[in-house]
Amino acid sequence: MTTLVTLEELLAYAQTMEEEAVERYQELTDLMEVHHQKEIAQLFRTMAQIESKHVDKVAGLAADRDLPHLAPWEHQWLDADSPESVPIGQERYQMSPQQALLLVLGCEERARDFYQSVVDSSPDPAIRQMAAEFAEEERQHAQLLRDWLARLPPDAGKKAGRVDLDEPLAQD
Amino acid sequence: MGKPQPILSSLEAKDYKSAVKPIWCPGCGHFGIESALFRALAHLGLPPEQVAVISGIGCSSRLPAYTECYGFHGIHGRALPMATGLKLARPDLTVVVASGDGDAFSIGGNHFIHACRRNVDMTCIVMDNEVYGMTKGQPSPTTPPNWDCKIAPGGTGVSPFSPLMVALASGAGFIARGFSGDRNGIAKMLVEAIRYPGFALLQVLSPCVTFRPEEKDWRLQVHPSELPTTANWAEATRRLAADDGMTTGIFYKAELPLYPATVMEPIDQLNAIETELTL
Amino acid sequence: MNTLVSPMDSVAVAIVGSGGAGSITAGSLLLEAAGRIGWYGLMTRSVGPQIRGGEALAMVRLAGAPVGSHGDHFDVLLALDWHNADRFVDEVPLNANSLILAEAEAGEPPAVIMASGARLVTLPLESLAEGVEEGRPNIVALGVLARLLALPLDELLIVASRALERKGLDVDLLQETLKTGYDAAEILDDSIRALPPAPARGTRWRLTGNEAAALGALRGGVRFAAVYPITPATDLSEWLAVRLQRVGGHLIQAEDEIAALNMVLGASYGGIPSLTVTSGPGLALMSETLGLAVAAEVPAVVVNVMRGGPSTGIPTKSEQSDLNMALYGLHGDAPHLVLAANTVSDCLSATQWAVQLAEALQCPAIVLSDQFLGQSQAVCEQPVDHDGLGVASRLVAVEPGSAGRYDRYALTDNGISPMALPGTPGGQYTADGLEHNAHGIPSSRAADHRAQLDKRRDKLLHYDYGPLWADEEGDGELAVVVWGSATGPVREAAARARAQGLAVKVLSLRLLFPVQPTRLSALLAGVQRVLVVEQSHSQQFYGYLKAHYALPGEIRVLNQPGPLPIRPAAVLTQLLQWR
Repeated sequence: MTTLVTLEELLAYAQTMEEEAVERYQELTDLMEVHHQKEIAQLFRTMAQIESKHVDKVAGLAADRDLPHLAPWEHQWLDADSPESVPIGQERYQMSPQQALLLVLGCEERARDFYQSVVDSSPDPAIRQMAAEFAEEERQHAQLLRDWLARLPPDAGKKAGRVDLDEPLAQD
Repeated sequence: MGKPQPILSSLEAKDYKSAVKPIWCPGCGHFGIESALFRALAHLGLPPEQVAVISGIGCSSRLPAYTECYGFHGIHGRALPMATGLKLARPDLTVVVASGDGDAFSIGGNHFIHACRRNVDMTCIVMDNEVYGMTKGQPSPTTPPNWDCKIAPGGTGVSPFSPLMVALASGAGFIARGFSGDRNGIAKMLVEAIRYPGFALLQVLSPCVTFRPEEKDWRLQVHPSELPTTANWAEATRRLAADDGMTTGIFYKAELPLYPATVMEPIDQLNAIETELTL
Repeated sequence: MNTLVSPMDSVAVAIVGSGGAGSITAGSLLLEAAGRIGWYGLMTRSVGPQIRGGEALAMVRLAGAPVGSHGDHFDVLLALDWHNADRFVDEVPLNANSLILAEAEAGEPPAVIMASGARLVTLPLESLAEGVEEGRPNIVALGVLARLLALPLDELLIVASRALERKGLDVDLLQETLKTGYDAAEILDDSIRALPPAPARGTRWRLTGNEAAALGALRGGVRFAAVYPITPATDLSEWLAVRLQRVGGHLIQAEDEIAALNMVLGASYGGIPSLTVTSGPGLALMSETLGLAVAAEVPAVVVNVMRGGPSTGIPTKSEQSDLNMALYGLHGDAPHLVLAANTVSDCLSATQWAVQLAEALQCPAIVLSDQFLGQSQAVCEQPVDHDGLGVASRLVAVEPGSAGRYDRYALTDNGISPMALPGTPGGQYTADGLEHNAHGIPSSRAADHRAQLDKRRDKLLHYDYGPLWADEEGDGELAVVVWGSATGPVREAAARARAQGLAVKVLSLRLLFPVQPTRLSALLAGVQRVLVVEQSHSQQFYGYLKAHYALPGEIRVLNQPGPLPIRPAAVLTQLLQWR
């Protein structure tokens, strides 16, 4: 269980989460571009842009504070990796928009769970309050994503469902 | 875990990422290793131009071009000797080798043994996906014997070997394993590996989503070691002999004699040598 | 009276013995002593397969001018014993003018050796040696030879005590042993042929071709070497290892030849001129890595000391049969440098030049030496700095990226693009064996492949190689075109031909790739008959000349494979038949 002692620490965690989320979404955008999955690339690009705004928001909150510098592995996430990043190895070549959005939804839900765990475990009311705000925001993001999923046209996954007939190709 | 320690570097992971977009498949574990390397280098505060990433051939070996460091994408199996020559000529550089299970354990097997033995200061990352990814999916020295494939229908029938035991027997002083899904874990080990004054081996289990899709279950099978790193060779042997192949952590880290020489300041002039030849 | 008659004012002495008799040591001391009083010379050796105690033959030729080959016959064969000596019969041609000095207790010389018609004199070397405490027959024999050749005993004593004191031999006893032999040689009074008076002494060197090559590398600026032991190149590496360390460099023994050349590339990529040394089988292993050096444009030098091929072949003997592999042994279109040394001391120039060229042109250079040059000891002129020889200089990107993005493989006028060294901010790039664009990004596009192929070819073609590319001597309508160690016997034959009134031009090529057809045609202007001489079974050099050059007039080829050297008389016969 993560015990955060100061607000600065909480903000440092939030900052890492958002920054790593942006990096991961940018990586996924490039990845999907390279593999000509334009629709999914755009989806991840949108997520990168959204998370960038969250980075700015956290930066605003942290403006007058001196945040501790933590090595990436010094964060006590609930899992090995930052909750808001799409885990390594989860993306797929011919993902449907539903699958991509479910991945993103998973990120928001894990982020929410993380902040909730801070709320549940912290003895400091100021930390609990800020964590609760963050958790609520993540809940809202998750809901937005569920709405997005629901709005997807019924044939949205059709192309992804079409098996690539070409064999994977040798390179070197 | 105690209070977090401040990092001194102003470098960030993204400072090590080049503009070249990786061609690894979506779902490839190597993304985690790339990310981990950048995090480790940033933490160490090593300017990108002071780092050289040397690779052979394979999906793993595409890494140098994806970094902002100096790189050499060489030939299959020969990254370790190339890195050795570079480090001996330029001891000021941080040298990282990016290799794969085929590159390091098959064609490069001989060089692997001697790099472990020689103990020149470098970090060797073997991205182990238990397959030859780049050439469409052939078994590698770490592939299980019953893996059905085109080149060996029904499987090769040949058991894989234990590269970490080979490394230990060959004299490596830093032996570790990671899992690509845990990039922070890898990053932390990489920091120690790069700091280690000698040859450091980090095998990273990295699922190949295209040719070994069943490896997606690795993330459920890998688990951290319950034992702390040992500096005792016999103890390390026992642990690796009992190793299930899915345990992560730094198994062995010992202080060993470094390879004793590099290119350095002269102690003599050439004409002193030429005098020897005069009658 | 029997006078030893030798052409070219030279005398050739062979010493044979087995089981630790020390014939090689004796030959070496003879060469050194003669060298000290002003003679030039050449010593080669031939041995049986045993590691110790085998039959061993030392062949020494002394003359008033630099010696580039053994002659057609030996004047003296000194036999400490006859065990398995008939294996050497082809290497020690004797005739009716030759003198065989043999150990009295050694029994009958092999019939095949006596069939030459040489005169036999026996001496009780063993019992003479026994008469001196710690006396050794080979030292007694040296005393004999000193008298025969009018060599001052003092000089022999100096060189012998320097060489043998650290093996525990007492100087006074050495002196006594030498004198015993000298005195015993009195009976050869009517056979003495004094060496012509010694010429004025300049600074001369005694060294092997392998040592010369190593020194050439050092002079060129090599400070890193990675090697794998292989006959007949290992002694080059061993000599280099010690000296390299003294000048701040480092030599590492790799696990195999492939590792060795890859280590060289790594060090060179880091900015240090680097070199490896091997022989035919090792060069074959290095083929793929050489291609990488070409494609990634990384300087490297490979000294290939050729031996009898193919495959394991004849490791202890010389041949010029790796030419094809050096020229054509890389897959793809992979222009690179191939050079050849043509004398023992030229091993220095050829290697130094190779280092300079490889660094300037950012590509690999193969230097072809051979067992004959590499392992022959020569007393020769101290190599001076030729015009054009110096320390290598690489075009390094000093402030990469200061004028925009740094392109490692930028298309420049002369094809040479500045190389950023690791550690230089702004110059980061990934060197690659994959085809690439100017920035170094892998590319399979036609335009990039064409552009880079042109760059790698043109940088070699447009370079001005200067006068070192070939040695040209003499003039005439008859020319001999040759390379490597075959040059020595050719030069001697040409000198003899000229002495008989025949005008002969000799052309010995030092730069084999890239080819220089315009320059060769200019040098062969007016020539009507070309004799090609080479030590290969399949006429590899002739094939190369035919493929890349327009040879004028009529062409003939004199070729033979190893293990025996080409004799001057064989070349002379061809020349005289064709006047």
